[in-house]
Amino acid sequence: MAKLESKIPEGPIAEKWTRYKAHQKLVNPANKRKLDIIVVGTGLAGASASASLGEMGFKVKTFCIQDSPRRAHSIAAQGGINAAKNYQNDGDSVYRLFYDTIKGGDYRAREANVHRLAEVSNLIIDQCVAQGVPFAREYGGLLDNRSFGGAQVSRTFYARGQTGQQLLLGAYSALMRQVEKKSVTLYTRTEMLDVVIVDGKARGIVTRNLVTGEIDCHFGHAVVIASGGYGNAFFLSTNAMGSNGSAAWQVYKKGACFANPSYVQIHPTCIPVHGDFQSKLTLMSESLRNDGRIWVPAKKEDAEAIRAGKLKPTDIAEADRDYYLERRYPAFGNLVPRDVASRAAKERCDAGYGVGTGLAVYLDFSDAINRLGKEVVEQRYGNLFQMYEKIVDDNPYETPMMIYPAIHYTMGGIWVDYELQTTIPGLFAIGEANFSDHGANRLGASALMQGLADGYFVLPYTIQNYLSDDILTPRMSPEAPEFQEAKKAAQARIDKLMSINGQVSVDSFHRRFGLKLWDLVGMARNKEGLKQAVADFQQMKKEFWTQVRIPGDKNSFNPELEKAGRVADFIEIGELMARDALNREESCGGHFREEFQTDEGEALRNDTDFMYAAAWEYKGFDEDPVLHKEALVYENIKVQTRNYKK
Amino acid sequence: MNTIFNSSVGRKLIMSLAGLFLISFLLVHLGINLLVFLESKEPFNKAAHFMGTNPVIKIMELTLFGGFLLHIIYGMIVSLQNKLARPIGYAKSNNSQQSFFSKYMFHTAVVIGIFLVLHLIDFYVKAKFIGGVPEVVYNGENYHDLATLVIARFKIGWVVWVYVAALLGLGFHLHHGFQSAFQTLGLNHPVYTPIIKGLGILYTILVTLGFMSIPVLVYFIK
Amino acid sequence: MDLTLKIWRQENRQAKGRFETYLVTNISPDSSFLEMLDILNQQLVDKFEMPVCFDHDCREGICGMCGLYINGRPHGPDTGVTTCQLHMRKFKDGDTITVEPWRAKPFPIIRDLVVDRSAFDKIIEAGGYVSVNTGGVPDANALPISKKDADIAMDAAACIGCGACVASCKNASAMLFVSAKVSQLSMLPQGKIEAKERVKKMVAKMDELGFGNCTNTGACEAECPKEISLSHIARMNRELYAAKIL
Repeated sequence: MAKLESKIPEGPIAEKWTRYKAHQKLVNPANKRKLDIIVVGTGLAGASASASLGEMGFKVKTFCIQDSPRRAHSIAAQGGINAAKNYQNDGDSVYRLFYDTIKGGDYRAREANVHRLAEVSNLIIDQCVAQGVPFAREYGGLLDNRSFGGAQVSRTFYARGQTGQQLLLGAYSALMRQVEKKSVTLYTRTEMLDVVIVDGKARGIVTRNLVTGEIDCHFGHAVVIASGGYGNAFFLSTNAMGSNGSAAWQVYKKGACFANPSYVQIHPTCIPVHGDFQSKLTLMSESLRNDGRIWVPAKKEDAEAIRAGKLKPTDIAEADRDYYLERRYPAFGNLVPRDVASRAAKERCDAGYGVGTGLAVYLDFSDAINRLGKEVVEQRYGNLFQMYEKIVDDNPYETPMMIYPAIHYTMGGIWVDYELQTTIPGLFAIGEANFSDHGANRLGASALMQGLADGYFVLPYTIQNYLSDDILTPRMSPEAPEFQEAKKAAQARIDKLMSINGQVSVDSFHRRFGLKLWDLVGMARNKEGLKQAVADFQQMKKEFWTQVRIPGDKNSFNPELEKAGRVADFIEIGELMARDALNREESCGGHFREEFQTDEGEALRNDTDFMYAAAWEYKGFDEDPVLHKEALVYENIKVQTRNYKK
Repeated sequence: MNTIFNSSVGRKLIMSLAGLFLISFLLVHLGINLLVFLESKEPFNKAAHFMGTNPVIKIMELTLFGGFLLHIIYGMIVSLQNKLARPIGYAKSNNSQQSFFSKYMFHTAVVIGIFLVLHLIDFYVKAKFIGGVPEVVYNGENYHDLATLVIARFKIGWVVWVYVAALLGLGFHLHHGFQSAFQTLGLNHPVYTPIIKGLGILYTILVTLGFMSIPVLVYFIK
Repeated sequence: MDLTLKIWRQENRQAKGRFETYLVTNISPDSSFLEMLDILNQQLVDKFEMPVCFDHDCREGICGMCGLYINGRPHGPDTGVTTCQLHMRKFKDGDTITVEPWRAKPFPIIRDLVVDRSAFDKIIEAGGYVSVNTGGVPDANALPISKKDADIAMDAAACIGCGACVASCKNASAMLFVSAKVSQLSMLPQGKIEAKERVKKMVAKMDELGFGNCTNTGACEAECPKEISLSHIARMNRELYAAKIL
């Protein structure tokens, strides 16, 4: 039976991290050389952790499924990274960043973790600049900032529209420097299949070489999971095609609790789905909402005519347009937080007012163009307009853009304590893979901050507190029985997949499952639907294991086999998401239950019964998981209802 | 030995320096050649004599041969390495946007190389080693009457054709080579690079047409 | 749209490859090129045949994973885009499209259209970084950097490491890739400190891995999905001369 001990240090919130560092146990340099650490994933969190641990002298083994660590999906983050530098002299502070993050997360995150995140945010910017990350600068040579949703200050550092890329390349180059120094061994195109537990502690992993199909065991005194989120369960998402939840799911199956799986972030400004064979959704930066106005036709017949191609958006008179965000949220208008904007779009489309295929709304810049002139609009959003035009073949200067919400980020993940350790000793989870510091909703530009905070400045400290007891533990041979057993199990799973020889392709399963997940566990959920989802996904799980078809063989490069393992896990993750959503009888952040809303259709939180992190413990393939609750205590922030109307 | 010369960039540096040297030589060469159009053959023959006997020029001549050799040898090394870098080629030929003549530097080099041999045999070797060049006397001194030799040579139709074709090859080579040399030297600038490219084209046209004019005009006019 | 595809198939690095011809029908012009290949692969899986392997990941033009040589051009007929951003409206109904892997000695084929680009990692490993450890660095604003320099550095840093420069170059030269990193770091004061060592090591590694020589054809610049300029190659040359000669 797992026990949740959050291990929050004593003392006032602003001193907890300092005190922790002052009193934690460390590993001396001579002993670091004797300790192996496995890091799975090379996104911002994994790459920065590998580099930092390598610099300290640990022997690090780093794994990624792509051909290079630089491909990890952190690279696609556009907007920026938050830090409490207060360079703009607009009243920012560590406390304010802490407060905004807790509030933005709808009061469902752990105070101590979030405060630490805000504290180290400044160090991240210093570190990245020292690495040569070309952040945007003012003419005076100092760093520039932009503002982002959910904050009243400008605290977002950015590198054009490619902040994630630049930060990841910074971490990647630091990682490659350690590879050169032989303190990090890099395994690319290698997928973790399982974690190896010896005497209750994580001691290694089983991997598959994606080129040769070879299955190997690797020993580590500790294992760090940095494999990102599970948003791709939905099939259509803004995640990369290879992003998957399998590493996190395997450790869940080995006993690590999985927390808040139902918290998924849906980004309101994505390019809508165009056809059945669409493989992925493309995000348009949130910044577009600064000047774009969102609307749908006010009359249903106009919407129908537009969908039928009989009317163009420019044919709709001003009076016949429904600027529904401005109508519903006069105070914030088009700048309401992501979850609110997304739900409002869905509401209109479900009511029959959608445009395009019916699942799209307009984002109109004609007012901005009239007010500011085309040139100013071009300066601000030119590259985004160009991207839109490349994809959709429509000119947003002349006709409004179409947008629709899409799955973007998962706040839920592996449960970790203050030290980022899971419920399995020696197993750590960082970045999007853990249930993180974002509560029920993540603010823009905070994902990059959290990934790098965990990797550069938190894990390298906290992992030593664990490893200091391990300095006498000798390296284990991968021939040890526990490793061989795990290897056999992994092999057996692959053999089973290859032997099914059914009729349905992996992608067909994924698409069908993803659509159902989107319908039942997407932007709006209800009890009936969620119950059905649990039952359907259990059924689908069985179907998958009897009907899937995987061509090729297991001892070669076989993307179908890779996908099969991941989709099998996604279906199980989906089931847990539905269970968690069913359990959480309230609406908060990215989780919206139709039964729990105000008369005006706003989310209704239930702080009395649900102010906790829901951590699920695996009990078996056909067993129901067990729920553990970590109560969330707010000592430094007054819990309030989010209000964006006035 | 870890010098610039055993890096790929270093090899290109040699190519470009040698190339620029040859480019400047071509100007001198053209200047002297154009004297052949003068009414009197004397200036041309005297200039040729000067070029053939002046000790400074003789040293320069060696340097020039060195330049040619370096440019050719390194060109061959670089081309071979480039070939090895893609052992299996594409089925569909490269349609990338790129400076057209840059694709054929090796081919034009071969044309120029062959021409160079023929050209040297035609005049240089004759004058220097074999002999048989008519003599002429100016102010009591003996000179090779190279002007007469040149004119006689270019009265033969196929020789004119060979020269024109080879010079076309030279033009193509120069078209890319001129600006490429500056890029290799690291001289790339948003303002000056377009000027260099323009100068390169101007130079290429001048030199190519200038050299071509000699066999062609000699054939028709002289 | 109905299309004929001629696609390079090769089971593994050692195997002998060949072109296979496939027909795909009823493709939407709004599909991306990779979605068109998804459709082909679905057909192949339905016939229990091995689908065409190709690298891809983010499908929004930033990860640098995708890279197909389409009708004689890396990333196909559009400019300033990666293969995943190429849309079928750039082709005509009835077209025959030839799809090949990147071809270069340092990029051996793994399967079909998938190549091993770890040579790029090795070049970065040789010196494509600023040697600072985590922690103990000065405040981010302690070192002002002119906006112009920061912008040039960012232009170079936009490289996604896809390898189109190598694929397009008739010499399979990696100069644009290497120079993008050298140039980025040499434009910034924090990168200048070890600039000489960096450029020497990275160029030496590039040579050692068997990439060809740059002959300034400009194909790399024309095909780079991030439109990285040849001026970075010139800057790298200057850096190398300064490091080796001066």
